[in-house]
Amino acid sequence: MVDITQPAHLRRAFSIYDKKIRAIVYQAGLVVSLAVVVTAIAIQTVSNMRQRGIPLTFDFWNQTAGFQINQTLIPYDTLSSYGQAFWVGVANTLLVSALGILLATILGFLIGISRLSHNWIVAKVATSYVEVIRNIPLLLQLLFWYNAVLKPLPAPKASIALPGGIYLNNRGIILPAVEFHAGAALVGMAIVAAAAFATAFSAYASGVQNRTGKQLPVLVVHLLLLTGLPLVAYVGAGSPWSFTYPELRGFNFRGGQQIYPEFAALLIGLSVYTASFVAEIVRGGIQAVSKGQTEAAHALGLPKGKTLRLVVVPQALRIIIPPLTSQYLNLIKNSSLAVFIGYPDLVQVFAGSVLNQTGAAVQVMAITLVVYLVISLITSAAMNAFNLRFALVER
Amino acid sequence: MRKIMTGVLGAALAAYASTVWAGTLDDVKAKGILTCGTNPATAGFSVPDNDGKWTGFVVDYCRAVAAGVLGDATKVKFIPLNAKDRFTALQSGEIDILAHNATWTSSRDTSLGIIFAGTYFYDGQGFMVRKSDNIKSAKDLDGASICVSQGTTTELNLADYFRSNGMTFSAVGFADEDAVIKAYEEGRCDVFSADTSSLNAARIRMANAGDSVVLPEIISKEPLGPAVRQGDDQWLNIAKWTLNVMLAAEEFGVTSKNVDEMKDSDNPNIRRLLGVEGSFGKDVGLGETWSQDIIKQVGNYSEIFERSIGKESPLKIERGVNALWNAGGLQYAPPIR
Repeated sequence: MVDITQPAHLRRAFSIYDKKIRAIVYQAGLVVSLAVVVTAIAIQTVSNMRQRGIPLTFDFWNQTAGFQINQTLIPYDTLSSYGQAFWVGVANTLLVSALGILLATILGFLIGISRLSHNWIVAKVATSYVEVIRNIPLLLQLLFWYNAVLKPLPAPKASIALPGGIYLNNRGIILPAVEFHAGAALVGMAIVAAAAFATAFSAYASGVQNRTGKQLPVLVVHLLLLTGLPLVAYVGAGSPWSFTYPELRGFNFRGGQQIYPEFAALLIGLSVYTASFVAEIVRGGIQAVSKGQTEAAHALGLPKGKTLRLVVVPQALRIIIPPLTSQYLNLIKNSSLAVFIGYPDLVQVFAGSVLNQTGAAVQVMAITLVVYLVISLITSAAMNAFNLRFALVER
Repeated sequence: MRKIMTGVLGAALAAYASTVWAGTLDDVKAKGILTCGTNPATAGFSVPDNDGKWTGFVVDYCRAVAAGVLGDATKVKFIPLNAKDRFTALQSGEIDILAHNATWTSSRDTSLGIIFAGTYFYDGQGFMVRKSDNIKSAKDLDGASICVSQGTTTELNLADYFRSNGMTFSAVGFADEDAVIKAYEEGRCDVFSADTSSLNAARIRMANAGDSVVLPEIISKEPLGPAVRQGDDQWLNIAKWTLNVMLAAEEFGVTSKNVDEMKDSDNPNIRRLLGVEGSFGKDVGLGETWSQDIIKQVGNYSEIFERSIGKESPLKIERGVNALWNAGGLQYAPPIR
């Protein structure tokens, strides 16, 4: 028995009654048994596969895939390899996740803030949005967007023509494609320069405000810079790009840029669904900022909008960011539901077609798991870095 | 805590021990039921009715295996599997036998850890289009968008066909055949491509069946057959010879109705088929009446063909290449002797 009344350095060195040692023993035991379980599973899997003649190699990676994928961000055709099909899937997953996170954040903040509005109608609309959307399973919402909203659009021959050469039909949205000519780079440089000038002006303006208290018209200058400069460059370079318009030939539209309904349905579904959770996180974050802060800001004469923007939201962000990270991770993982509406994401292309055509179930599933893990860890690391910047600096 | 750990360890070891390979035949006999992986709902081939009872051509094949192995055609548990999951389910032991509309290909036969046990239906890939599009030939399909099932030979044949004819297409793939059919019906695609048997099966379930037409071109060979896991020769023999029993029974005129009288036949082929002479049953590892059970309880090849997908069914598929060898077709059972 350890005499706990004695100071630690006087106690006997090793005793299973010592809390610390006991903890180490248990943890070591757990690690060992986990290792045994994992090894046993691995050995069993390998021996089963060998017995049944299933190859456990990654030879399939460079073999010709031989199937077609409709939406590809990177070069891919039916002669490409399974490896390229994998990257097509990864790119499509990243695209829908990134855009989904962006849209869900914007929509979620708007709705979260609206829920706290003093305008009764705005507040109730926001409340009903949250209550309806977050209580319906995501899969049903995806199927709804895909089957009930996008697919019933007219066939290509009866497309709805929108202004600007845009067509809407059950094959998606067909937009004019942009074609760049010589001089287009000048416009690109103008945009970069405008962004640099705008950033510099913000720094200058905040410097002026810190010294003299005078506020410069930052927003107006930004707008002028960011639209004016590229516009001047565009005219100066002699309109360096043109549009090619889609036209109906044979079955479908040729030319132009096509946004597939599978992509649209998945993006809308993920954004709308995740936004309802983001809204609740934002509302919670804002409500957690003490009322005294708002009252103090009002007492200083800050108008409502500025109070929200400069006093409440920055404090709320500290509370909002950690749960927001979880929602972003959920959105990324939920994008794998793409499989049910035919969007060619990683799971559909790689864990679907590639797995089936090659039969390399173990290898393909392992790679898929690793990809999701890596994407999630990177997202989470980025959000943690962001959180660190907003964390309360304690002095 | 320590108890939990020993529990985890023990469970792991038990799991390890229980996955040690035993013959499928022994497993099935011990369970008393055959687990058969089949299509989720393909009219004529495998469809559950309102009471959950499965009927159809490949369903009857499973029933025949159960009749031969367990002496009772009703002792089958059907596991509906889509094209994407079917081989994994067989590899992993979730099912004892796969009776799906799976095409027998070299890579599936050699690299998936499974092996095909014959061809119960000779099929080929075709195209279904809307009549209103006024297409007469698959050569007119340049630029079409095509709905397909993922992980099928359909997906691969399409790419080959369009490439060799210098045409383009846009594939819309779904994991689940129902989703493919739905997408075609709702106009997401111009074309629905699959084995012609599946096209016909899908069409009779469509609300506006008359609006679609199957194009004349058949772009591939699709021998559909049952598959079992590799490395169990006895079980492979059972799967193979169950089909051959049904074919031989048709050839020699043995039906579910006359099987008892046929035991007294003087034809040595029939006597060996029914186990009256020779040791057919014992050789495959089953009782001497196994072939009688199959024929009596399920029927010969012609009987299951006609009632599920042929003349007596809504599908009305002609025997065509699926006729017996001596009637101009490809179906042929090796001699039983």
